[in-house]
Parts: sequence; C-alpha cells; structure tokens
Amino acid sequence: MEWETVIGLEIHTQLATQSKIFSGAATAYGAEPNTQACAVDLGLPGVLPVLNEEAVHKAVIFGMAIEAEIAPYSVFARKNYFYPDLPKGYQISQFELPIVGNGHLDIEVDGVSKRIGITRAHLEEDAGKSLHEDFHGLTGIDLNRAGTPLLEIVSEPDMRSAKEAVAYMRKLHELVRYLDICDGNMQEGSFRCDANVSVRPKGQKEFGTRAEIKNINSFKFVEKAINHEIERQIELIENGGKVVQETRLYDSVKDETRSMRSKEEANDYRYFPDPDLLPVFISEEFKAVVKAQLPELPQAKKHRFKDQYALDEENAAILTYSCQLADYFEAVLKASGCEARLCANWITGDLSAALNKAGLEITDSPVSDERLAGLLARISDNTISGKIAKQVFEEMWQSTATADEIIAEKGLKQITDTGAIEAIIDKIIAANPGQVEQYRSGKDKVFAFFVGQVMKEMQGKANPAEVNKMLKVKLNQ
Amino acid sequence: MSLTADDVNKIAHLARLGIDKQDVESYAKDLSGMLDLMTRMSELNTDNVEPMAHPMDQAQRLRPDVVTEQNNREKFQAIAPQVEAGLYLVPKVIE
Amino acid sequence: MHTKTLLELVQGLRSGEFSSVELTQAFLNRIMQHQHLNAYITVTEEIALENAKAADIRLSNGKAELLTGIPIAQKDIFCTLDVKTTCGSKMLDNFTAPYNATVVEKLNQAGAVMLGKLNMDEFAMGSSNETSYYGVVKNPWNTNTVPGGSSGGSAAAVAARLAVCATGTDTGGSIRQPAALCGITGLKPTYGRVSRYGMIAYASSLDQGGPMTHSAEEAAVMLQTMAGFDEKDSTSVDCPVPDYRAGLNNSLAGLKIGLPKEFFGEGLNSEVASTLEIAINEYSKLGAEIKEISMPNLKLAIPAYYVIAPAECSANLSRFDGVRYGYRCENPVDLTDLYTRSRGEGFGKEVKRRILMGTYALSAGYYDAYYIKAQKVRRLISEDFKNALGEVDVIMGPVTPTTAFGIGEKIGNPIEMYLSDIYTIAINLAGVPAMSIPAGFVAGMPVGLQIIGNYFAEDRLLNIAHQYQQVTDWHQHTPKGFE
Repeated sequence: MEWETVIGLEIHTQLATQSKIFSGAATAYGAEPNTQACAVDLGLPGVLPVLNEEAVHKAVIFGMAIEAEIAPYSVFARKNYFYPDLPKGYQISQFELPIVGNGHLDIEVDGVSKRIGITRAHLEEDAGKSLHEDFHGLTGIDLNRAGTPLLEIVSEPDMRSAKEAVAYMRKLHELVRYLDICDGNMQEGSFRCDANVSVRPKGQKEFGTRAEIKNINSFKFVEKAINHEIERQIELIENGGKVVQETRLYDSVKDETRSMRSKEEANDYRYFPDPDLLPVFISEEFKAVVKAQLPELPQAKKHRFKDQYALDEENAAILTYSCQLADYFEAVLKASGCEARLCANWITGDLSAALNKAGLEITDSPVSDERLAGLLARISDNTISGKIAKQVFEEMWQSTATADEIIAEKGLKQITDTGAIEAIIDKIIAANPGQVEQYRSGKDKVFAFFVGQVMKEMQGKANPAEVNKMLKVKLNQ
Repeated sequence: MSLTADDVNKIAHLARLGIDKQDVESYAKDLSGMLDLMTRMSELNTDNVEPMAHPMDQAQRLRPDVVTEQNNREKFQAIAPQVEAGLYLVPKVIE
Repeated sequence: MHTKTLLELVQGLRSGEFSSVELTQAFLNRIMQHQHLNAYITVTEEIALENAKAADIRLSNGKAELLTGIPIAQKDIFCTLDVKTTCGSKMLDNFTAPYNATVVEKLNQAGAVMLGKLNMDEFAMGSSNETSYYGVVKNPWNTNTVPGGSSGGSAAAVAARLAVCATGTDTGGSIRQPAALCGITGLKPTYGRVSRYGMIAYASSLDQGGPMTHSAEEAAVMLQTMAGFDEKDSTSVDCPVPDYRAGLNNSLAGLKIGLPKEFFGEGLNSEVASTLEIAINEYSKLGAEIKEISMPNLKLAIPAYYVIAPAECSANLSRFDGVRYGYRCENPVDLTDLYTRSRGEGFGKEVKRRILMGTYALSAGYYDAYYIKAQKVRRLISEDFKNALGEVDVIMGPVTPTTAFGIGEKIGNPIEMYLSDIYTIAINLAGVPAMSIPAGFVAGMPVGLQIIGNYFAEDRLLNIAHQYQQVTDWHQHTPKGFE
C-alpha cells in the first residue's frame, strides 16, 4: 500500500527579553542553578504574575510577519498538571483566546513552493529543568528557565514529508531571527520543536492516529526522528497493529523514538482563565506602530533582490538568509557602485567561503563592507583582473589595508599600455609558429593557449579583454 | 447528581491528593451534596450571558522589560525540604 | 490602655502619656493572659518590642503617622518576612516567609507594631475557624461558640482587645461574618483596592484584604494605609485613594438605602431580623430614605461561589507539593507518592473537599456545566448589584442568619456551614465593597448589620457606618472578662 505522511509542528521559541514573562528575574542562559529563580518563578505562596510588555510586543511582531490575525482581546489560562519543573502545579499559557490567530508561512522544497498554515501562536511561560545526574538516586530541579517567555507556534497538519517539515522549521528559524524576537540558539533550547506525525493510506481523507515526538532540537534530528517515526508507524500498521495516541521521545544516539512513561496517562489539563491576570487588549494603534517598525521580511527581500538587482534565485536566497548578510550586500553595492552580480558573486563566493573556513558570522567579517567595496571597484574599473583581486582579497583578510594600498604596494595594477601588450603578443606568435598554423586552419581552441601564454608572460596584470581583442587582430592578420 | 467512591479516587489522583480510604465515602457524599446545590443554577437561563472571570472589566497592565530581581537563592532554599548543589531534590523523574 | 480607641491611643502616644513600648507590652501581657481564646498562632514578642522602640523614636522625632506605635496583628494569611506564616495549615507549619506581603510592608512603613499572626480557618476555607490546624478560636462573647471565619482570630483578638486592630481577608464573607459574630467593625474593600501580593491565595478573583477594628473611624485609618495601587498585583486598581476620614461626618440626609427582600425572608432568625429593623430605623432618624428592592439572582450566589472558589483554589493550592517549601512526607518512594502524601497529610479535610470539588468542576466534560455556568450566574448577580446601586446609594441587610453558633455544631455538615454564608457571598462575586458593623445583641451575642456600596465607595460606607456609631454604642461594648 502507498502511504501518505501528515505532519504538524509545534515550535517553542524563547522570546529574547531581558526579564521573564511574569517576573523581573533575568532570562540569561547558563547561570548557576536557581540563581535566576525569584519568588514569582518559584511559585512562593502569595506571589502574583505581572505580564512583560516586551513579550507581548514580540508576539505581535511575529503575528504581523505571518500575516495573522492579532487578537484584539486575548486571555491567559492555567494549564494544570504536576511536574517538579513546574513550580505552581500549573503553567500560565493561553488556551481559548491566543494572541496570534491564523497565519501562514511559504516554504520551498525542490524548487516547488508551498504554503503552510499556522493555526495559532500563543504566549506562555517556560518550565524549569530536571537534571538527571545522580544525586543519590534523586533528580535535581533547576528553575532558572522557569518563567522564560515562550511563543508556541502551532502549524496546521500541512506537511507531507520530513523534508517539508525541516524546510518549514528552517524558514521559521530564519524568520524569528530576522524579526529579532528569538536568538534561535537551538543548543541552548531557544528554539525547540515537537512534531505530530501520522500516516494514512494515500487518498484517504481522515487523518491517522498521531504520535507526538517531543523536543527534537536540531534540523538534522527533526528529519531523522520524523522519518524514523513514519517507518515505525507504517511497519506497525502493516503488521496488523494500531498506532496509539501518545508522546514519544527521540533518542538521537539510538536513532529511535520511544514512548514517554511520564506522559502515559491521559492528561486532563483543566484549563481555565487565570484569575491573577486580566485580558490583554491590543489596539489598532499599537498594531499600526508595530507594523511600521516591521523589518522587510526574507521573502519580500528575496523578491526585491531578484527584481531590483537582477540576481538569480540562488544568490538572492543566500543573501537574504540572514538580515545581516543582506545588509552587508546592499552596503557593498552602494559603496562600490559596481554591478550587483559582481557584488553578489563575491559575497556568496570568496567571502562566504573565507567566513565558513574561519567559522565566523558575517557580522564578524575581518573584511568590512567598505573595504570589500573598495576591492570590487578596482575590478570594475579594470585596475585589476578578477584573478589578481583574489590575491588582493587574501591580503585584505590578513590585514587592515585597503585594496588600493595593497595594489599599489605590490604593483598589481593592470598593464593597460597597448604597446607593451603588443610587443609580448608579437613575441609569443613568433615563438609558436605551429600553433599559429593550427589556429589559422580553423582550430579555434588554440586561441586559449595564446591567451594563457600572454597572461603568463605578463604575470596576470594584463586586462584579459584587451589581450583577447589584440590577439584576435594579430592572429587574423 | 451523585459521585461514587471511584469518581472521588479519580479526582483525588488528578489533584495528587492522598485521602484516607475510610474517608472516601464521606467525600463522595459531601461532593454529591455540593453538586445538588449547584444544579440549582440550571434553573436560570444564561444563554446570552457572557461568563464573568473578573469583578472588574479592566485590561492587563504591562510591566516594562527590566530585570529587577537579584539572586536570592540562599534565602529561598533555606526553607526547602531537600537541596543539594543549589538544586531542589525530588524522587527520580522517569521520562 | 487597651480600652482606648485608636485615636485616643494616638493622642496618648503623641502627648507622651505612655510610650509605644509600654502600650505594646500591655497588649503582649493581655495576649498571654487570654491564651485560651487561641486567637494567635504566633506571637512575635521580640519584633513587637523592636517595632515599638523604633516607633517611640519616630514619635519623638515628630515623624509619626497615625498608626506609628499602634499594636496591631496580622491574619496569618499574609506573608511576613522571616516570621512563620502558616495560613492555618499543617502544610505551612514549617514555613518562614522570605518576603513581606504588600499590606504588611505598608503597615510596617507606617510604623505599626506587629504583635503576631492570627489564627484562621485553613487556607481561609471555613466560616467558624474550626478548620484551622491550630485549633478553633473561641468567641470572647461566649467561649462555647465560634468566632466565625475565616478571619476568626482577627475578630476575636480585636473584640477581646488583644490587638488594637487587625488585618483580615474576605473571599466570601471572611471579614464581615466573624466581625458580626464578635461584635466588631469589618470592611471588605472593592476588589482591587488592597493589594493581594503576599496574601496567600484562596480564590484569586474573590480574595480581598481589609481592616478589622472597633469602629468605622478606626477602619478608615487602617484602610488609608492598606489601600492603594500595587504594581506587583495585576488585579490591583490604579485609582487614587481618597482621604477616608475626610467625609466621616457628612450628613446622611437624603441617603437612599435599599433593603433587598431576598435578604429578609426565610432563614433569617427572627430576633436577628428585629434587631436589624431597629438599626435600620436609626438610619431613618438620621434622614435616610428606606426602600425595598429586589435582587432576584442572589439566591444562586452560593452554588456559583462553591464552583468558582473551589475551582480557583484547586489550582492555587497546587504549588504546595513538598518540593520547594512547606510540608514534605517522610521517605517518598516516587514522585507521585511525594505529591499525594505530602498534600494528603499536609491539608485538612475542608481544604481537600474544596480541592476535590474544584478539580471536578474544571475537569473534562464538566467545565461548561459547572465552571462556565457559574461564571454566567456571576455576571447576572453582579448586574443585580449594578441595577440596585443605580436605584439606591447603599444596600443594607444581615451579615449572618443567626448569632454565633456553638463549636462543633455545624462542622459535621459542610453544606449547612456553606449556607450560613448566604448574605455575604454575593458581594465577593460582584466585587463591591461591604461592611459589617455592630448593631445590637440577641441573648448577649452580637449582631452585625451589613452595608454594601458601589465600587470604590469605601469612603461613603465609612461615613454611613460612622454616623450610626455616633448615635449608638454597640461598637463600644466589651465582652465580660476582657474589660
């Protein structure tokens, strides 16, 4: 039988605020255990939550970016369950009236674009962490993370393969960093994914029973975990078994998912409006202010780069993957006055390669946008050839000198004196009568040999276009 | 409306509330009595009434995103039943 | 000294007739002498004397406020820094609060002297103080009867003059009912008027702290300090606090008083009814117009309350899990055992009953039938108040159907106990302010008159109560043996 996979993702993004969603404790990662858990985070008797303005602001920014409805009126609810990393015995979350409603995100897989629906995004507080190192057979609880603001982004079950799921997750990851609402650090748990996976016979309308895979925290693992789960479910059904609705944990070492014992029993979360918090009202004025501050989004930027700068799909996609890279490109373009394609090729080519090799981000590039523009301008005005430019770039990477300084110091300026080029050409033609004969009898390929010989003689400093032109004239005489 | 001993045990588990075996029946009786009291509400037609969660029709006030709390672990953990290396200890959590 | 009013004591302190240390010591002695009332869970003798010394310095510097140097006591529901805070429960018997409630902080700032922490029903769930882990408080008017609850310790301490005044909290009548049964003045402010930060939550949308005193004038002084916006409480209301003493002497001529017929029907003890009739007649003499009104949905206040309050409490009390503070059972074998036994052993029967009720009302399949229905009924009840208070200035009625009942009389029948809150509960559902003031005696036991006003009309309520207290002396009576 042919099977179809149905996937929906729930992505938890930690919002990059200074303080927690309901308290004034710091959210910084990596502090000593429980040193950033204040009275409110610990759920001491008598404490009360007060909502962080910035968390609301960031949620609204996200909602606008996915063209979602922003709820004019949204409500916080208590989700009741007992777990040692949940200090109050309930999580403050949103249930019936989330802050962000229906929206969407467009992904692209194998050159085909697809729209993935986003059902909702709601604000909630993160839980603490259970540390399972051995404390005489006990578990240690660190509540530093408790109360960190989360935006839980719930997709429609619109994805049909692990590949699509990863594409969606990457796109969302790119978006939240673009919007500067989440640092996207997956190792630190700032961007976490739960996947709801089910299979059904192709053509069947109803969804199959789904399993929820918890906390898959890298793009690689998402793909592996989902693929593994699909296989497991198909095998189970084909062997006459039934998929049970359950929560499963992905074990990246064994590359398998297993049932979570702690979540075995059916949950009854008893959601109800949190009486300690009042409804949140989002006014049209507030939305207008946020909208005006919204940065250009990746999709729009990519389209603009293709239209405005005539870039190809690949370059436009690479340059707009991060906001910083796109800004760098536009700065180089403006300062150099060069053709866009030249700038794009250099940034996605030599510069990106050098950054990758050094393990650096664009924001830490040793060659600033201004210095790269200086180099590209010299290519554009034929002062140096592309080949020499690579040599200059390497010098620039190691130093703080400008392209002009390096060109002058090393005498790399292109020879534009036609008399000098002509003399060399004559010398080469005279030295290679056999090849001249071949060329004249119609073997065009030999032409490249002459170009190479001339360039070699001139140590690469001749303008290749000029050499080509003059060679043609001489050989055809 | 009446609750059975079994119902009481289920609710007690949901609330992680240990109750003595010999008290289960009396809880069942008391809760059933309370539920009888509550069925009186069904006399009233509330079809077009908006549920009221708060006495005041006010909006949630927002707090500026500023860190105001300092580390107070020592004081907080002085009243904890079991701590080690700054962590609260509980029986092993099985995932 | 203990027989003086708050303002007489202020006078005495300022004139140097006695010091705060002397005054405080006198009250500490009285507390020791009348321990059998069981009004206090914790007596903070050292803190009290320190506070008193500091107050004496402040008094001598001329920087004193009205409450500076006045010995008061806190209901043990308010967190007090480095002082045992139990909420009347075994669960918190070992709990020393690491911070002060806003109300405590405000009273400390004003220079009030804290004598100790007052007994109460466990987690404020009860109407008789019999659910306290620390034992029942005795009513000073008759020690075989209950003082009411949940602020029973506060009411008994003020009535027996074991504190000049006290804090209380009121979720369904917990200030007004014990005030009525102990013959003192109690004010439940508008929801949001007094900060709930640091006040251990029972039912968050209903809980409200307030003063328990002898007279309305004293309540005005105390509320002045307790009230106000608190940025730590999202439900605290940011509106200015008026000068509560400024209007105390306003005339009541033309005041419109509404008497809901639903308050004076079946169930109200006839002697209590006739006592209230005399009290209301006094208001006629003061120039008020009396009018019968109807609030048809009041009868559903008890069922709505006993869904909403338990629902909220079932979540509010989940934090007591034996992990970070409070009671932990011996040798838990696993996590579930830790939770069930710590909570099972730490909570008393009434608390468990309400947690079970609330858990049930919120559980899948029952949420709409109980919780949502109760919230809708709550809306209708609150509209009854809005309508009534559009028609009249204040509503008056009984606080309790009878005077104080005997210890042990109702504790075996929780439903009957709940029904005794019939006149007070609706006020919390609506969130309006209400007072209980002493209005006479039946067979030697005090009767309270309830005055209910519009949102944030505490100043008006205090004025109305004060005018009555100018022409009556019920609030000045002292139980035998406590003179």
